[in-house]
Amino acid sequence: MRDGRWRGPGSLGGVSHVVVDVVLKPEISDPQGQAVLGALGRLGHAGVTSVRQGKHFVLEVDGTPDEAELKQIAETLLANPVIEDVELHLPTD
Amino acid sequence: MRIGIITFPGSLDDVDAARAVRLAGGEPVALWHAEHDLQDVDAVVLPGGFSYGDYLRAGAIAARAPLMQDVVERARQGLPVLGICNGFQVLCEAGLLPGALTRNSHLHFRNRDQVLGVERADTAWTSSYATGQRIVIPVKNGEGRFVASDGDLDRIEGEGRVVVRYLDGNPNGSSRDIAGVTSENGRVVGLMPHPEHAVEDLTGPSTDGLGFFTSVLKAVVNA
Repeated sequence: MRDGRWRGPGSLGGVSHVVVDVVLKPEISDPQGQAVLGALGRLGHAGVTSVRQGKHFVLEVDGTPDEAELKQIAETLLANPVIEDVELHLPTD
Repeated sequence: MRIGIITFPGSLDDVDAARAVRLAGGEPVALWHAEHDLQDVDAVVLPGGFSYGDYLRAGAIAARAPLMQDVVERARQGLPVLGICNGFQVLCEAGLLPGALTRNSHLHFRNRDQVLGVERADTAWTSSYATGQRIVIPVKNGEGRFVASDGDLDRIEGEGRVVVRYLDGNPNGSSRDIAGVTSENGRVVGLMPHPEHAVEDLTGPSTDGLGFFTSVLKAVVNA
């Protein structure tokens, strides 16, 4: 876990891992993503037609995560709902 | 007339804002973001800078600072609040102003003297201007692009919430050239350009920025 091998939501040793992904809404232009797309084109990756850059948060939570509380955290601090969409991934096991 | 200026970790332009208040004839009062104490000020300025290093989103963490809870509550009751640059970002993040500010469309930091058109001369912070007046004040930002959904932009324009608009070139790709907006009651104003840097001939491109600070003194007297 601490060595960076962990990749997705899950639970281990009483600690749950919750993942929150944030990305700009489709109607908000993303100049950073466009800059990455431009670089990919220069590197010869003509098959990539769009890049949207976002943020990926990993939260360690003691015990069983409270979905309502995490939804509030995601929607009120981690993302700005005026311009961003947010996806919450809770542990499934 | 006591005008509070909030300093956050990473604020840069709080001293210039205090100077502008003094030149306009007000008494600047230094406020610290971490204290629940507005010190009986008559109005508040949120200055420019890079609060919390622009981590998460520009203004996002400062908008949740202890003193901001008091600012939000008092602003909804009519306390005049001006957000400049990072302060504008904080006000949008705090939900006091519509829209959001994000990365400039060209991805460059842009620093220049900017022409603005004043579209609302009846807010607490712009009554010293005339509707349609052209003013020149500096703009300096990397995340100053005003954005919102098309529906929200139509609503912002329809309600006459645009206070100042970029003229003679848009420095950051802001939607519909919007440089600053106001709250429904006209007491809260946010803008990306810096009126506090245009208050003296010696240091600014003009003294056009002084009007923001003289306006609020009149607004407080008339309240």
